[in-house]
Amino acid sequence: MTAAIELTNVSRWYGNVVAVNDITMSIGPGVTGLLGPNGAGKSTILHMISGFLEPSKGELTVDGAATWRNPGTYRTLGLVPERDSVYAFLTGEQFVRSTAKLHKLPDVAAATRHAIEMTEMSAAADRRISTYSKGMRQRIKVAAALVHDPRVLLLDEPFNGMDPRQRIHMMELLAKLGAEGRTILFSSHILEEVERLATTIQVMVAGRLAASGDFRAIRRLMTSRPHVFSVTSSDDRRLAAALVAHPYTNAVELTAKGLQVRASDFGAFCARIAPVAREHGITLRELRPTDESLESVFGYLISN
Amino acid sequence: MFNPTVAGITLRATLGRRRAFLFAIPAVVLIVLTLVLRTSHPAGAAWQAHVLGDFGFSVLLPLTALIIGTGVLGAEIDDGSAVHLLATPVRRTEVIMTKFAVAAALTAVFAALPELIAGLIAPHSGKLAVALFAGALAGAVIYAAVFVMASVLTGRAIALGLLYVLIWEGLLANLVGGARILSVAHYSLGVANGIDHDPSLGAGLTLTTSVVLGAVVTIGALVLAARRLAAFAIKGETT
Repeated sequence: MTAAIELTNVSRWYGNVVAVNDITMSIGPGVTGLLGPNGAGKSTILHMISGFLEPSKGELTVDGAATWRNPGTYRTLGLVPERDSVYAFLTGEQFVRSTAKLHKLPDVAAATRHAIEMTEMSAAADRRISTYSKGMRQRIKVAAALVHDPRVLLLDEPFNGMDPRQRIHMMELLAKLGAEGRTILFSSHILEEVERLATTIQVMVAGRLAASGDFRAIRRLMTSRPHVFSVTSSDDRRLAAALVAHPYTNAVELTAKGLQVRASDFGAFCARIAPVAREHGITLRELRPTDESLESVFGYLISN
Repeated sequence: MFNPTVAGITLRATLGRRRAFLFAIPAVVLIVLTLVLRTSHPAGAAWQAHVLGDFGFSVLLPLTALIIGTGVLGAEIDDGSAVHLLATPVRRTEVIMTKFAVAAALTAVFAALPELIAGLIAPHSGKLAVALFAGALAGAVIYAAVFVMASVLTGRAIALGLLYVLIWEGLLANLVGGARILSVAHYSLGVANGIDHDPSLGAGLTLTTSVVLGAVVTIGALVLAARRLAAFAIKGETT
């Protein structure tokens, strides 16, 4: 199957600052997550794909056509921007209908109704957008982006500011759209969001593509990275002896505040420490990864 | 070239903002001032051209045009809602022409029409009122094109517009004759003076020169605005 979105050696810089550095990726139908810490270049990539930023170098196409200076591309592309700025004085229905008119759709009323139903916004469609919650605003933006039934949908941090229930709803909607054969690309800096929704991921760190492909393989790489944990228990000395007998433990240091354990495999250590403690009759009081920032995870991916 | 959907959203956005009441302030001042002068001054005193010409074309028309012209598209660019409009296949020329038409029409309503009303209220100024109305209409069109262009080119369109109106038009154009060829206020006065010649209007350009320069500036501003909007980029986010 041909990829809907193609980037070939794409870079983007602002003066001396390189925001995106020589990215090559192909994104096809289904849900793809663009994952990376803040400042990694995710929004820059999405802005370039959506035609709102010119690549400084390289080629970028959606359905075979360049998007920069090409408004025709929006016939096949829908965009849900991160900024929470919509025409708040319109009702949800008016906003979606206006977008349908701007697309010059043959049946504006039917397209509007369908998009609003798909995002489950029918009950609030007659209310002004200014009265909507953050999650409702996101959904009405998705409805407007879907009103012309695009093959490609781009969403920039779609879960920002949503409560857990709204997140689940949005994830279900995006999963359904992906299963229908659309190409859905969304950005996020939260690993768990991407894990629950995306089948393939593109991991960006400091403007570079750090990893690309099947989520499970990359997740395994992430969870098997070496890691340092801080542990306190009812008997730190005995726990240290028990842990050091296992192959995933590289080193254990006994400190005044408890144990500092250096594990070779993040996932295996997390899965085994509780059974080991139980086998030795030790009560775990605290288990805390000391370096759980996404930057450290992504940094590990780059180095591998 | 005109998109009714874009026009409808623009009208609601422009008139629905809190600052919309600002449009009416200069117009109300002009009409109230005319009423006061009509009552307080004996018939025959020649204040009409000074008030309607100077205040109308130096304050009412440019400031109203500035607020409206920089707001119809600039406000959407500032708050990011322009992305929803631009993420559709609507041609950028169509967007600019529609925004320009709305800005020119609103400026005509809030500046040219009050100029006509004030002219009709003032004593012995029937033909002058029509001439000033025509001049203000021409000014509304030219200013709209210039200020819409400014809002696409820069995020500081209001500040630059104010400098242009106050320094260039208010000071330089009155001191240096050559500066008038780039003064929209003088194009407007040139049109008014061409219809009803009145030396106290202080028009520095002929009717022909005003019309030709006005057309060149309007077309040039719209072409530049459309070209710039075609290359619209989302700025300020590098995440």
